[in-house]
Amino acid sequence: MQVRISDDAVAVACGADAVAARFAALGHEVVRTSTWGMHWLEPLVDIDGRGYGPVSPADVDAILDGRGERLAIGIVAKHPFITAQTRLTFARAGKTRPLSLEDYAATNGWAGLERARELGPVATIAEVTGSGLRGRGGAGFPAGIKWTTVAQAPGRRKYIVCNADEGDSGTFADRMVMEGDPFMLIEGMAIAGLAVGADKGFIYIRSEYPHAIAKVEAAARLCAHLVAPFEVEVRVGAGAYICGEETSLLNSLEGKRGEVRAKPPLPAHEGLFGCPTVVNNVLTLAAVPFVLAEGAQAYANYGMGRSRGTMPIQLAGNVKHGGLFETAFGITLGELVEKIGGGTHSGRPIRAVQVGGPLGAYFPSALFDTPFDYEAFAAVDGLIGHGGITVFDDRVDMAKQARFAFEFCAAESCGKCTPCRIGSVRGRETLDKLIAGENTLSNIALVADLCETMKFGSLCALGGFTPYPVMSAITHFPEDFAPRTAEAAE
Amino acid sequence: MSDLDDILTAHEGREGALLPILHDVQAAFGHVSDGAIRTIALHLNLSRAEVSGVVSFYHDFRRTPDQRPAIKLCRAESCQARGSEALAIEVERLAGSRVRVETVYCLGLCSVGPNAMIGGEVHGRLDRERVAALIEAL
Repeated sequence: MQVRISDDAVAVACGADAVAARFAALGHEVVRTSTWGMHWLEPLVDIDGRGYGPVSPADVDAILDGRGERLAIGIVAKHPFITAQTRLTFARAGKTRPLSLEDYAATNGWAGLERARELGPVATIAEVTGSGLRGRGGAGFPAGIKWTTVAQAPGRRKYIVCNADEGDSGTFADRMVMEGDPFMLIEGMAIAGLAVGADKGFIYIRSEYPHAIAKVEAAARLCAHLVAPFEVEVRVGAGAYICGEETSLLNSLEGKRGEVRAKPPLPAHEGLFGCPTVVNNVLTLAAVPFVLAEGAQAYANYGMGRSRGTMPIQLAGNVKHGGLFETAFGITLGELVEKIGGGTHSGRPIRAVQVGGPLGAYFPSALFDTPFDYEAFAAVDGLIGHGGITVFDDRVDMAKQARFAFEFCAAESCGKCTPCRIGSVRGRETLDKLIAGENTLSNIALVADLCETMKFGSLCALGGFTPYPVMSAITHFPEDFAPRTAEAAE
Repeated sequence: MSDLDDILTAHEGREGALLPILHDVQAAFGHVSDGAIRTIALHLNLSRAEVSGVVSFYHDFRRTPDQRPAIKLCRAESCQARGSEALAIEVERLAGSRVRVETVYCLGLCSVGPNAMIGGEVHGRLDRERVAALIEAL
């Protein structure tokens, strides 16, 4: 009997390998697939399309004997968590073997590249522009405009750089693409290369993702002949969060300290080794094959306002149903964490939700009607970022979270600009004073002033956006910043 | 330093070769020594200060050896939301001086934390019992 179990890092971290070994020891054929992205059910076992989860090795015998009802979830593809989604980028998640060229071709793989080759560079870029695809790393810059700039830039040598340094806590969509559907990422890069005139691409993967590194390296070798003359090379980061910033990443690729560069010049004009370079996030490039294969309008039909297409949202933290939820822009934050996420894992009330990673704002339940849309989140002093949502229950101490925002900034600062390098340290020190109950009102005013300096004076978003988690914590959860002594407040 | 020479030869002609070289050196020797920095700098026609500056920038590279087994515990926001801070105290206590405890910010397993990585192996849904067993086995 064929048993399908994921080898995605989440499944493995939850014991999937031992479950697979048990089925194999009992003589069954085990096929390792990408994950469906329903993490609370991993290790998920799929037998003829019917799922069981979460499975431990001790459950295997019971499942085989027909005594597995306790863990049965029915037909996996029909699970409400899946049917509620619009999976354009994650269409293959859970269904295919990540490194099988056969599975990839059988699921419309390479159709995008084929069409791009027929259309040529100009028409290919027109499709991407028409789709409304915006950078999914966090900046949300229109991909078509970026590609046009690189295509028109003078220079014989150009590069495609894939930013796979997914360092934001609460995010794992890039990792899932790299581990689950690496050919799709490479196809997207090859299309980009064709569009702008680059025949070399680098994928900069953070070192904290060893499984993704191995999968992408293997995939690159396996499909090299299909994407030629475009060539892909994997490079590994070295533990620096700031290297997720595009210019810091370029410096790191060049073998330098990951310092941020001033812009202009834009990487599109002077990027890697001084050459015109497309730097795009994994999800941006992964969306491209669909856009080329199905056409710009097919993608643009989804979404709202200027946020077209789908966003692979990642439900994380203290959430009951964590995982990958790809859907059109427009769904509200409340629906995501309460209805789809099912509330907290602990069962306690949700108190705060951080959206967009460590540099994102903390949202209280009062703002749960905010729709997932770049502009709507900006309007409430928040940001979508890379689409990660981290849920906290009522035990969260928002003063400690604000302190952590500064601490993280200090630890990861590249050191180049003063507002970030020094501001982060002073911010952490001032939060320590606030937590100790010292001079509450004046220290809060000081933090707000410091945040204004960091927001407008920092060279990049690390220092520039640290004010988001800090000020949202102070604004929406002021009770956590009141003096903690028995004395009355000012 | 014949292993180092092999590493340098293997990366000959690679654009922006320094980080791939340093990764291989870190993996082969457990650290990047002053001698290695000197040899690499000479080979790549960089100053020792430049190479030293790159080594010191990135968390992954060590200047001195540490043979102890290591556990990397994630202490970023999503794992914090699932109890990593209380677990961290426990991990430090269990590790003592025998095991090196490193903080990592995010392993991309953000809905199943607390999480840790030992070597290249990932471990999720950690609690005191599970993490004690992991440290015991190191």
